[in-house]
Order: sequence, then structure tokens, then C-alpha cells
Amino acid sequence: MSTRHSAASYCLGIESTADDFSVGILSFDGDVLANIISAYIPEKGGIHPREAARHHAEVAGNILEKAFQKARIKPQDIQVVAFSQGPGMGPCLRTGATAARALAAYLQVPLVGVNHCVAHIEIGKLVTGAKDPVTLYVSGGNTIVSAFEAGIYRIFGETLDIAVGNCLDVFAREAGLRQDEGVPFGAMVEKMASQGQTFISLPYTVKGMDLSFSGLLTAVIQLLHEGKHRLEDLCFSLQETVFSMLTEVTERALAHTEKLEVLLTGGVAANKRLQSMLSQIADEHNARFCVVPKEYALDNGAMIAWTGILAYQHNMTLPVEESFVKLRWRLDEVYAPWVGG
Amino acid sequence: MLIKKGAEASLYLEEWHNRKVIMKRRLPKKYRVPELDKEIRSYRTIHEPQIIHRAKAAGVPTPTIFMVDIAEATIVMEFINGKQVKQVLDDFSAEERRHLCCLIGNLIGRLHNRGIIHGDLTTSNMILTPRGRVVFVDFGLSEHSIELETRGVDLHLMKTAFQSTHYKYAKESFGMVMEGYAEARGNEAAKHVLEKIREIEKRGRYVSERKEAEV
Repeated sequence: MSTRHSAASYCLGIESTADDFSVGILSFDGDVLANIISAYIPEKGGIHPREAARHHAEVAGNILEKAFQKARIKPQDIQVVAFSQGPGMGPCLRTGATAARALAAYLQVPLVGVNHCVAHIEIGKLVTGAKDPVTLYVSGGNTIVSAFEAGIYRIFGETLDIAVGNCLDVFAREAGLRQDEGVPFGAMVEKMASQGQTFISLPYTVKGMDLSFSGLLTAVIQLLHEGKHRLEDLCFSLQETVFSMLTEVTERALAHTEKLEVLLTGGVAANKRLQSMLSQIADEHNARFCVVPKEYALDNGAMIAWTGILAYQHNMTLPVEESFVKLRWRLDEVYAPWVGG
Repeated sequence: MLIKKGAEASLYLEEWHNRKVIMKRRLPKKYRVPELDKEIRSYRTIHEPQIIHRAKAAGVPTPTIFMVDIAEATIVMEFINGKQVKQVLDDFSAEERRHLCCLIGNLIGRLHNRGIIHGDLTTSNMILTPRGRVVFVDFGLSEHSIELETRGVDLHLMKTAFQSTHYKYAKESFGMVMEGYAEARGNEAAKHVLEKIREIEKRGRYVSERKEAEV
């Protein structure tokens, strides 16, 4: 196998906030050389943090190896190691952090701790070419409407309880849908919803700019167990309600900030119905609609590596003794000097 | 004549039976399915005048509602003659400013006493009339709640509005708002809300504030 020979610099990023363990390798000019993802699929129920962490520890060596093979570089070519420092599940984060510390120490290169939410936005900007968007980041663990203002990614609206992806997943599990490899619950709900005909009224909870999904989830599960409605109609109504809530808040942020781009990212971004709603409001406000391709919208190592590069170039490296994980690290706690400069 | 286009509703200044009125229209959103769209627009068209009415019962001046058209999701209400507090506050003397802020705080306290959360307390949503009354407008984001948390969030928004639009006098002004608030709600209740506001700031939603709260 040949090896790349160039003066270019590379960053390796490790992502492990939840059910995915992923390694990405990027060159400093934004070339993605590798982005290998391994997903932990629970036997039943949701993600058990300890079980997921065990999966991560088991696959880590193999995924790292695959990433180097794919990137066609040697470990010694890496200039900086980045890892997702938070927010996320403790055991999962610690597994990734341990791997990153070990690798950085072995290679004697600096370590960079990356905020998972910032990384989703940064990789979205890199792959779609968006410069300064209003971002809707929707996944199993996060639901955030954000826009950059004065040094930080400000949060305009967010969920007050569970994430929208979690809401859809729990409903799918309650409805007895089984998850196959590569087919997320969200996609199954989307398929069912496309055959829905009758709209059933469900709680619609937008409080100012914030959202709440837990009451809605309880209501739709109750209707499910009553058994009076077709599952297709319930999926349809659930999707219409939650996506309308998300779109309303995103539109408010767009009207308020007068930004010219809307960026959709996270696992739920793959949903075609949500895409179409957001592209409509983007049109109405003369904004460009950008959706992040699945590979970079799901949790991935490439986004960690890319954000690691941005932070590294602003000397934001992390001594090992300060590299503890931050389970509740908020998006708006991160100072992002690389933006707009 | 369109005077304000919001994400959720648009305001028009119109002539209506020889009266100057504000028409608040909630226009259909194409991204929503028609059933849901209709439900949301009718619900809010009914809900907003109800809260505006309850605010009056609490002793807080609000516009008179002339007509509610649910099918068209339109509210016709009194046009309030006066100036936005936002426009006048910075030109006031220290004494006038103290008086005005105290009055605003008192009115917020009255709303909270009745379990009303305004939801969008900014100085542009308060109109000072020539006779010195302060009229609260735009209850589009309002809700019913007696929770300390929502009351704290409501006032926290007022505080950030002062910090962003009336930077020079923010601290003093918000202090007077809280004094007026204590008048209406009692010192004990005001103290609890103030503690809550600090907690909200420390929670880190707004990082710069959190740092301020720490000092």
C-alpha cells in the first residue's frame, strides 16, 4: 500500500458521545481522508451507556486501523488528536477520551477537546459551503436552533425535555417496529407516515422559542395503545406535529437574525418531510437551504477532526490533566474564535 | 398598512368603523398540513385576547379588543397612542426613569400575581401614553403559569432587554423594576424570583451573564 507524501498536516478525530464510535482523519485544508463509523445496536430498548461504552472499547482499535488504511497515512503523520469531550453519555465519552489521550501521548502530539454540537455545525458548514447559517440540529440526543453571534453559537431555542429523535425512536419502539442494521427508527416512522391520510390532533408545545416533546410523546403512545387509529396515521400526525414545531422555531430565529442560510443537521436531518418544511421557510425569507449529507449529519469522527483543526489553529489545545469529559457541556459555552475571522 | 411582520403574525394599522385600529393577523403557513395550521392559528387567536382580558382584570392596561375573527385568525384591537418605552427611556431624567421602571415592575408583578406570564417582556412591547399610563402589548407568547421558573424566565428576558437596548442604565433600571415588582408581590416573593433569575443566569444559557453572576 502506498502512503501519502506531502507537507500537509492531518488531524485525527474520535467521536464517542453516544451509540456511535467513529474515527475521522482530515487534512488541515478540509480534505476528508477517512470517516469510519461503528454503531452500537442495542438488543432491545434504548442505548445503555455502559453497554455502548463496552462496544466502543471493543471496536476502537479496529476502527482506528481502518481509518489509517483508508486515509493512507501513517500514525506518525498525525499532527493533532481531537476527541468529543461532551456533551454526551459519561461511559461513552470516557472511552473515546481514553483512546484519544493514549494516542496523543504515544504520538507526542497535542490534544484538542471538541464540543460535539459545535462539531456538527462546523462540519455542516464545511461540506455544504454555508458561511453563517441559522442551524437546526436535530438528533436522538439534541434539539437545538442556533446562530452565531459575538463569538459564540447562541442558542435561540432548544428542547425543554427530550430530543426530537428520542421522541420518534421511543414511539417506534412502542409501536413494535424493529430496528434493522442501517435502517434507523426515524426512517421507519417516515415510511409509515408517507402512507398516513388522516391527521390526528396532538399536543403542540412551543414555549416562546423552546420546545417540549414529552407530553406529545405520552399522548401519541396513549392513542397507540387505544388502538383506534391506523399506525400510519399516528406516524403521519406525530411527524407533522413535531416538524411543524421545529420549523416554527427555526423560522422565528431566521426572522430575528435575518441570516441568509438555513443549515439542517443531525440524525433527523435525513427526513425528507422535515427538509421540505425547512426549505419552504428558507425560501420565504430568501435564505439558502442547506442539508448536511447523512455521512456527516450522523455522529462522525470527521466533524471532530475538522473542529479540532479549527481550535488547534487558535492554540486551543488541552493538557491531558485538564482533558476530563464534560457530560453537560452546552453549545453556547464554547468560545469559537475561528468563526468569522 | 403593514407595520410589523413577525414570524408568527403580522400587524396592520387600519381604519375600522372610523377608528384607528391594530389588526393582528396570523397568516396560514404553507409548510403545515391545513388541519394543524387551522388549529394553531385559531387556538392562538382565541388564547391571546383571553389573556389580554385577564391582564386587565389584574390591573394591567392592555389594548381593548374590538373583534375576534377565528376563521380569519384575526384580532382587531385598539391602537394605543403613545411611544414605545424603548424610544423614551434613555432620554428621561434619572427621576423619570426610576418612576417609569418602578411602574413597569409593578405591572409585571400584577400579571404574575394572576398567574400570567407575558413571555416577551421587552421595552418595545410597552407603550407609554401621553397621560403617563404604560400599556402592555403583544401577548402572542404569553401563557398561564404560577411556577417560579417561568416567572424567573419572564423577568430574565426583561433584564436582557435592558442590557441589550438600554445598556447605560441597565443595572439601575432593572433594580427599579424589581422594586416595583416587590411592591406588587411582596418582598418575600420578589426575593425568591430574584434568586431564580440568578440561578437561570448561572445555568449557563448565556455565558457572559454567567460570568457576571459569579462576581
